[in-house]
Amino acid sequence: MMLQSATIDTPAAAPVLSANEICVSCQSVVKEFGDGDSRIRVLHGIDANIHGSELTLLVGPSGCGKTTLISIIAGLLYPTNGDVILFGTPQSQLQGSRLVQFRAENVGFVFQQYNLLPSLTAAENVAIPLLIQGQSRPKALLKAREVLDAVGLGSRLNQLPSQLSGGQQQRVAIARALVHEPRLLVCDEPTAALDGHSGQVVMDLLKRVAVQAGRAVIVVTHDSRVLTYGDRILEMADGRMADADSTQKSHNL
Amino acid sequence: MNWVAWKMLTGDRAKYLGTVFGVAFGVLLISQQMAIFVGLMRRTAHAAIDVRDASIWVMDPEGKNADEVKPLSDSDLYRVRGVEGVDWAVRLYKSLARARIDNGEFRQSILLGIDDHTLVGAPVRLVAGSLADLRRPDAIIIDQPGYRLFWGTGPIELGKTLEMNDHRAVVVGVCDTTPPFQTFPVIYTRYSQALGFAPRERNQLSFVLAHQKDGLDPQQVCQSIRSETGLAARTRPDMIWFVIKFYLESTGIPVNFGITIALGFIVGTAIAGQTFYLFTLENLKQFGALKAMGVSNWRLVGMILLQATIVGCIGYGLGIGMTAVFFESTQNVTALMGFYLPWQVAGLAAGAVALIIVLASLISLRKVLILEPAVVFRG
Ligand SMILES: Nc1ncnc2c1ncn2[C@@H]1O[C@H](COP(=O)(O)OP(=O)(O)OP(=O)(O)O)[C@@H](O)[C@H]1O
Ligand SMILES: [Mg+2]
Repeated sequence: MMLQSATIDTPAAAPVLSANEICVSCQSVVKEFGDGDSRIRVLHGIDANIHGSELTLLVGPSGCGKTTLISIIAGLLYPTNGDVILFGTPQSQLQGSRLVQFRAENVGFVFQQYNLLPSLTAAENVAIPLLIQGQSRPKALLKAREVLDAVGLGSRLNQLPSQLSGGQQQRVAIARALVHEPRLLVCDEPTAALDGHSGQVVMDLLKRVAVQAGRAVIVVTHDSRVLTYGDRILEMADGRMADADSTQKSHNL
Repeated sequence: MNWVAWKMLTGDRAKYLGTVFGVAFGVLLISQQMAIFVGLMRRTAHAAIDVRDASIWVMDPEGKNADEVKPLSDSDLYRVRGVEGVDWAVRLYKSLARARIDNGEFRQSILLGIDDHTLVGAPVRLVAGSLADLRRPDAIIIDQPGYRLFWGTGPIELGKTLEMNDHRAVVVGVCDTTPPFQTFPVIYTRYSQALGFAPRERNQLSFVLAHQKDGLDPQQVCQSIRSETGLAARTRPDMIWFVIKFYLESTGIPVNFGITIALGFIVGTAIAGQTFYLFTLENLKQFGALKAMGVSNWRLVGMILLQATIVGCIGYGLGIGMTAVFFESTQNVTALMGFYLPWQVAGLAAGAVALIIVLASLISLRKVLILEPAVVFRG
């Protein structure tokens, strides 16, 4: 699928929510950390669905377990109990290297701290997921340039992260998360380190470029300024889904 | 991904150079100290190394090394000559003598008296004069550092005189030798002459140099000499090792050098390992991101080993190069003359570096392998 096809200019024609298939389904997800006395339960049986072709916001107070939940959804952590169905495959069936490969092929990541490799140029950073999949460097770089173009950084291809502003670095990170056309995009506080305007640009980009047919986009945020970008908002409190199903909102509410 | 590993490594030039030079410095320390050690040990066996025309050394069985020998008697020489398989056998005198020059200055010197007729054991490389002149009365040949010690720098002039045991000695040649362990001048003269240059003793035959008949194994002939005469007989290589082993076993030199080399190894490991470990540690976040993006542990191991190998190879090349340059540029310094970088030392240093690098990357790898990819979401 071409990224350009996603640049539908939708100020918000509220999609028919029920039409969007469920891509990720959390089923009674429990997560505990530590052993013995220091054992703490962070997630107390989460049930939640992430739909394709939408931008889902995950909100909640600090320490309520948002990062833990998306780490499990993205296959970075295993749940202590329960399971996550990823595009029809239970995560419990993807162990070890199969899970690593699943991540490489199907998941894109955007981090609060960008996590770009400082000694690689923007284009080279964006090419990494393709290199991981074994594509040749020239081919990967070509594709990386296309995607950087799509996020409006076509003129910054050969700059190092240190030569870019925070907002620009986050756009590079988004390009990197999308270059291999993953089915799931996971973003943890992508705007937290950015000023208001850069945050808007980043959210706008996620909304315009990332959201595509069949792709689930989940964004953890604290930032009340970006709530309007969510097609659906999941609210968490203290390791539980607050009012799980009824928190569906259309942003023009 | 190898390319990414390379970029990560070389991206921060300062850190990259720091790591490479850490390794290079470690290699320099290790290889330079080992080479000097080997050189010193070689020097202890200078006499056996420099006698190239006789393959068998015979001495009193109580002799501990080439400097502390109980003299043989002339009848011993004839008995060696009588052993089946011995083609010829000649005398060699070796001892210390006090040599004095005109201004009264004197130096302890190593005096070698070689067979009057055959001149077996004579120096091979003369830088001035001729070997035939050694047959002239009072003639001596002195090694170049010895000449410099007595008469300073400047063009070599033959005909200079010294005095040993109230006997006049005339320099008829200057030679290159393997420098001795103690940096004493080495003086060659005929056997009969040497007896006059040294204080009188009853027996003065330090060694018998012998050679086996054509086609015989020197080892075998040594065996025959031992059983027939009761004397100690060794082939030239065995003699060299005999002397070196004495110094290895009964002096503090190996221990001291062992300590220095171990220190070099530890310092080298500390510098190289530490810088490389820190390098990985500082990149932990990046490795975590790669891990999250689906780079397998094996791939990460490969990347880190590749980085380690690059650092190791370049660091080794620089370090061993510096050692080679060091020995090359000190060839004319008397104290270091004849020292060189044996390939075995270069090989050992390579092994040491490989070990350092493997250790450093193992410690770093551990960190990366147990790294939870989920840390990428933490600040
Ligand atoms: N590896 C871990 N070991 C132990 N406890 C952990 C671990 N990871 C998270 N926690 C705990 O789990 C709880 C939830 O953490 P999490 O990072 O998921 O919260 P969050 O909602 O993302 O918070 P924030 O909004 O501040 O990022 C916290 O109390 C945290 O201390
Ligand atoms: Mg968090």
